[in-house]
Amino acid sequence: MIESARSAGPPARPGDALRAAAAGSGAAAPVLRVSGLTKRYGERVALASLDLALASGQFTALLGPNGAGKSTLFQVLTGLFAADAGDVEVAGHSLRHGAAAALRHIGVVFQQIALDLDLSIRRNLLFHADLHGLPRRLALERIAADCARLGVEPDLERPVRELSGGNRRKVELVRAGLHRPAVLLMDEATVGLDPKSRRDLLAALREDVRERGVCVLWATHWVEEAEAADRVLVLHQGRLLADGTPFEVTVALGGATLEQGFIARTSGPGEGGAR
Amino acid sequence: MSTRGDLAAVGARHGLAHALQGLRAIVVRELLKFVQQTGRLVSALVRPLLWLAVFGAGFRSAAGPAAEAPYLQPVPYDVYIAPGLVGMVLLFNGMQSSLAMVYDREMGLMRLLLTAPLPRAWLLFCKLCATALLSVLQALAFVIVAVLLGTDLPLLSLGGLNALLALACGAMMLGALGLLLSVYIKQLENFAGTMNFVIFPMYFMSTALYPLWKLQESGAEWVYQLARFNPFTHAVEWIRFALYGKDPGLAPWVVLGCLAVFFMLACWGYDPQRGFGGLTKRGGGPP
Repeated sequence: MIESARSAGPPARPGDALRAAAAGSGAAAPVLRVSGLTKRYGERVALASLDLALASGQFTALLGPNGAGKSTLFQVLTGLFAADAGDVEVAGHSLRHGAAAALRHIGVVFQQIALDLDLSIRRNLLFHADLHGLPRRLALERIAADCARLGVEPDLERPVRELSGGNRRKVELVRAGLHRPAVLLMDEATVGLDPKSRRDLLAALREDVRERGVCVLWATHWVEEAEAADRVLVLHQGRLLADGTPFEVTVALGGATLEQGFIARTSGPGEGGAR
Repeated sequence: MSTRGDLAAVGARHGLAHALQGLRAIVVRELLKFVQQTGRLVSALVRPLLWLAVFGAGFRSAAGPAAEAPYLQPVPYDVYIAPGLVGMVLLFNGMQSSLAMVYDREMGLMRLLLTAPLPRAWLLFCKLCATALLSVLQALAFVIVAVLLGTDLPLLSLGGLNALLALACGAMMLGALGLLLSVYIKQLENFAGTMNFVIFPMYFMSTALYPLWKLQESGAEWVYQLARFNPFTHAVEWIRFALYGKDPGLAPWVVLGCLAVFFMLACWGYDPQRGFGGLTKRGGGPP
């Protein structure tokens, strides 16, 4: 199913495929579908009946201020939290009814770097490969190829503790893609990185989108990162405020630039609510 | 759309082969980390050996227990406390595993584990197996050193094999308790509380160092009652009775029952409906 979705190839214009995906019809079937997703913390609503449909081969930025619900959404998408209502489908598998099958198709990079500092890069990656059931030979081939692509292959045997922040992120990116997921979730993955590392990371992701047809959902509160995306979702107080190409979202938010519109529509009461 | 078709696309194993590969991954990781932490093995050995050398020597003549089951005749105190000290190794390692779980949570590694495409209960069971394996290895290392130091234990017998089974089950139960505690320990700093409120009471209010009747004889009725119902008492008694080929009574059932209850409660604690992130202050849970 994934292969057939990928074989559809990249859309002529990002917006076309996205709209087709959202409508649930056409060649670019959504690889990630979120339906009526609601999550509450007591009285506070972190996600309010959220609907989303993301297709393969697209780089989507999830833009939201701190507390908009981005992290909660990611926790739900990765099964760490169960939603109070609604469901998530990944490559046709319901997270609610078949979490393991759905999680096979998700790769994730959390905001906080999550590597075992005492183990080498290779050991960290093999651990992940085993958890995803990759045969050892295939895993080693992919580790070598992907680490070479991101320039961390010479450090394969070094403990992660000795790596720079940028290289740790690269290792996480290799890890997230090791099982060739259909969906890559990146939760503010450039936090703490220098400009070059940030640029390298984004370039590598772009390559994954272009060559493997991966669907990337990139959570950020940096407007300049969102401006380079195929599609921008603006999340505020657990609701989608805008959805479209960066230009469409700029128009929808009513600002001269995406940043102006974003700040104007997301400032004020309610900020700092959900995580 | 079939699952097998999807798996073929990503080249992954599935079913039992995948589950066993996950088990191997978690066990190998724990072993690798243990090998890197040589101080952990040393302290795991030094702690009970000090008890064996100091208490064993000090109380050998003063407090040697009278002949009672499973012993047919009065035994030296070091022989009596050896199963209790084995239990001590299991107890400390079980609790240390909860510390490791909290560390993994704070480092974000727990998220990685819990987002693996395997049932959560299985992932927790794999962690438990890894903990129990480390506990058993450390306990065996202690037993070997104790025997070399002159403690007379009937290891080369059917009782030795039975005791190994009892030891493994005790390790699983105490590992499950550690897993359960890791749900409620919010920060690494809280481990001192675990020492004070779990390890010491469980250890001292048990038959690890003295028989139950001595507690009753001394008039410490409430300590006696607590020790009777302490699961650690039953883990130690199972090892002690098994070693001498005697019927351990209800001890195996208590140990296995507690193992099941602790593990189920731990699975409940890691249930996504409760929110994994909510387990830690810094974990990205509810504000």
